[in-house]
Amino acid sequence: MAAYQMNGTTVEHDEEGYILELNAWSEELAKVIAEDEKIEMTDEHWEVVNFLRDYYEEYQIAPAVRVLIKQIKKSMGKEKGNNKYLYALFPYGPAKQACKIAGLPKPTGCV
Amino acid sequence: MPILHTVNKSPFEKSTFKSCLDHARPGDAVLLIEDGVYAATKGTAAAGLIAARNGDLALYALGADLAARGISEKSVIEGISVVDYGGFVDLVAEHDVSQAWL
Amino acid sequence: MTTQEELPGASGTKRFLYVNRRAPYGTIYALESLEVVLIGAAFDQDVSLAFFDDGVYQIVKGQDTKGIGMKNFSPTYRALGDYEVTKLYVEKEALEERGLSPDDLMDITYEDEDDDWAEKPSIRIVSRSEMTEIMAAQDVILSF
Repeated sequence: MAAYQMNGTTVEHDEEGYILELNAWSEELAKVIAEDEKIEMTDEHWEVVNFLRDYYEEYQIAPAVRVLIKQIKKSMGKEKGNNKYLYALFPYGPAKQACKIAGLPKPTGCV
Repeated sequence: MPILHTVNKSPFEKSTFKSCLDHARPGDAVLLIEDGVYAATKGTAAAGLIAARNGDLALYALGADLAARGISEKSVIEGISVVDYGGFVDLVAEHDVSQAWL
Repeated sequence: MTTQEELPGASGTKRFLYVNRRAPYGTIYALESLEVVLIGAAFDQDVSLAFFDDGVYQIVKGQDTKGIGMKNFSPTYRALGDYEVTKLYVEKEALEERGLSPDDLMDITYEDEDDDWAEKPSIRIVSRSEMTEIMAAQDVILSF
């Protein structure tokens, strides 16, 4: 099983890079995963990652991309709640890639 | 010798609970687990089956399964004792024979 | 990807009903159904959910699965509105047979985009005969 390496500890992930044990997540781990994804975390990235973590905490689900965009639009406005802004932050898909960095499972209902 | 019966099916979906009560002898113990705990709730169509035994059985329900299903202890029928996993083990140890109704 | 207007009954849109008849943790049916609903929601169909028999137990409030080591997926029903699944029909007789009332169910709501995001209830309590009619009015019924 592949794993992320962090300060001598290892955190296992699946073949797509999603961590297996959700409790193993930390901001430090998020940076390691982001680096693996070739993403340098900015405040804007963290805003989306934290939004996803809050959404998961409340609903026990990682939202599909269209749901994520709609909800970000509602809570942060349409300057951020759109495809262009979110794909600029997470080129491989704001739901899939941001969920991975947020330590969540792959989004449900992503087709 | 009293038997410990365990029932893990909803009384509304399967006839398991009714069949268990129909075959249990006075003094036997019945422990409701998993979906079986729905039989422990007050005011259901199945509550009459328990009432009909007039308290001649020792009835138990597993607390973790009640909590998982949103059944508070105050909606559990009076006379049914809520036990934890330790209590489950004790019941098995106290009875020479257990029958798991599936 | 843009959000399309919901046009029930418009050409190409079918009425889908997911029938939920099983209690949540004893079998995998309830969770499977919920996942299929969430995945299917991407296809912009006119989706409704029906809860009767032991299915009403899926949306009972206060579920706490810490003690049984299973995931508590009941909060996910509250996300259905975000997926534009806004019609959850719950049979009154099924509740009564189980000693339950509508107050024992979770608050499941959706925000109506066409009404200034007003929060509205998704749960609609219906009689058994109304449930029969709801099923008769569908194009596709998926039963779990």
